[in-house]
Amino acid sequence: MSDAGRFGAYDGHDDEGGGDGARGGRFGKDGGRGPDRSGGPPGPENGPGPENGGPPHHEPPRIPMPRSSVEDTGLPLPEPPPAPPVMAHRVLKTLLGAWALAACPPEETAAVEEHLGFCGACADEARRLREAVGLLHPPESLDLDPVLRTRVLENCLDRRPPRIPVPEWATAYDAETARLDALLQDIGDGEWHAPVRLRWFDGTAPTDRRTTVAGVIAHLLAVDGLVAQALGLAVPPGEPPPDAGPAERTEAYWRASRLPPTRSVRGPWREQSHDLVRTVSFAGGGAGLLPVSYGAFELPLRDAMLDRAFECWVHAEDIASAVDYPYEPPAPRHLHRMIDLAARMLPGALAARRRAGLGAPAGTAAPGRSVRLEIEGSGGGEWLVPLDAPDAPAAATREVAHIALDGVEFCRLAAGHLAPEEAPAGLDGDRQAIRDVLLATASLSRM
Amino acid sequence: MERHDAPPRWDRKMQQRLARGEAAALGEFYDRFASLVHGLAHRVLDDERAADAVTREVFARVWENPEAYDPRQGPLRSWVATLTHRLAVQRLRRTETAALAEGGPGSTEELERKVRHASVAARADYIVTSMPAPLRAALELAYFERRDYRQTAADLGVTEDEARRRLRLGLQLLSTAHDVGPSGTPPEHGGGAR
Repeated sequence: MSDAGRFGAYDGHDDEGGGDGARGGRFGKDGGRGPDRSGGPPGPENGPGPENGGPPHHEPPRIPMPRSSVEDTGLPLPEPPPAPPVMAHRVLKTLLGAWALAACPPEETAAVEEHLGFCGACADEARRLREAVGLLHPPESLDLDPVLRTRVLENCLDRRPPRIPVPEWATAYDAETARLDALLQDIGDGEWHAPVRLRWFDGTAPTDRRTTVAGVIAHLLAVDGLVAQALGLAVPPGEPPPDAGPAERTEAYWRASRLPPTRSVRGPWREQSHDLVRTVSFAGGGAGLLPVSYGAFELPLRDAMLDRAFECWVHAEDIASAVDYPYEPPAPRHLHRMIDLAARMLPGALAARRRAGLGAPAGTAAPGRSVRLEIEGSGGGEWLVPLDAPDAPAAATREVAHIALDGVEFCRLAAGHLAPEEAPAGLDGDRQAIRDVLLATASLSRM
Repeated sequence: MERHDAPPRWDRKMQQRLARGEAAALGEFYDRFASLVHGLAHRVLDDERAADAVTREVFARVWENPEAYDPRQGPLRSWVATLTHRLAVQRLRRTETAALAEGGPGSTEELERKVRHASVAARADYIVTSMPAPLRAALELAYFERRDYRQTAADLGVTEDEARRRLRLGLQLLSTAHDVGPSGTPPEHGGGAR
């Protein structure tokens, strides 16, 4: 212990990839002392032993008192009452840690204490270990404010601009995956198996699929694989066909593992999310147009990263409510980008619904209609959604209705977590147009 | 206490990536060490905003000068812990000295005692989080669950000898938290055992 005074003395390098573990690792969440223990930790002033919460004392069998003096009977003398077991210094030394923690049975406690009376070396060590016990304490709850991450990183990047920045369109994904990971770090083993319902809107009605917290992370890992594949990175297990969409990839991943997912899925998910941010940073801003296949459709990389940030937030909320944790919406500028993506995808969704015979036919008498979408709250804004032709320039359209909706509610609608008819929206204008837009928003959701 | 000749790959790569100015690396670095840094700073300062400020300062320093870390000198984690400790203790002393100068209660001696106490507590936290998991598990059972060493041995599925060894070694490691400089400053980050 020549370097006992250094921080580096007992470093194990943690290569499990699960973050630093300085919070979750320290004595676990339920490390507090049970309420039935009245005694405090044994400090220098508290002796160890049964009165301080030590184990019950197992009395040696008492020797019955002889009826008459044994010396008078001529019988052999009885054994003397058992003294503390005579143990060698070598053995007693090994008991010092347990003794300091009041974790020795009483007869050994007595033996150690007797020994300390005349062995200076052991007495010194015993005092030192007792003091060390005083440094143990239950872990504090140290939930890091997720906003701190943004502030710390921005402060750094202001002081030294990065040579390889994270593209602006990937920052929402970076922030949302970090927020979810912080939530995961705080939840206990059992909570990974808490039931979660994945909910989405299948075009006509709300639908769902049952899984667990770990199953949700597996889902995120599998679907992020869409982006990984587009970037030439390794795809999560399950061997989905290259043109597989989100649901197919999820099912393939779930099928590939024989056992239901556990908390061990966190490491691979986090590693892949870090790899994605790193890879798009090296690819640079220009890579934002790289196509990412979702099976049935494609998104440019910059939109796919926003979509994945959105999904990460939505499912983090699913998880948070399953384990009863609070969870906040994304930062306003990230929320704004997510809403913008949904608004931009609406014309295509309207056209797809129409092709599927689900929406009202395009206006034939007076084509070129649009609906004004007014999203309130931080991250909000206004969008003109063309109804009749996905590529129509909004400026050339005629506004037939106006929908006002809170940003977070709009996102819940787009996530399929809110039924179109339940959306608390301020509505004005053509009823059918409004209905089509709300239904199309809900149909952006998927498993 | 055996040291690896080659520093862990992750540490070396992280340093190279930070030096290269890769913002994504900064994010990963934060994700790995933020709770360590904030937790230590909070243990020293016992104040959320002060701990936030130290966290900001630690990451800024590393990002501005990643070369200050020499992978041959030991793990990145302990280097970060030492830096955090130093900045947190400096901050504590600064604020306490200022309070004293403005006529606050207490004496210079009390200030030194407080700084030293905070410093030891933070080192103890760090030692507990970095000690081998089997030692931590044994301490947890004996201290928080109030199991005696025989029960601890049974719970861990090890011999009683081994349980005693782990409890003693765990406390020996923890007791090194007291080995700080007279003024509460952390020891310099050095080469570790040779």
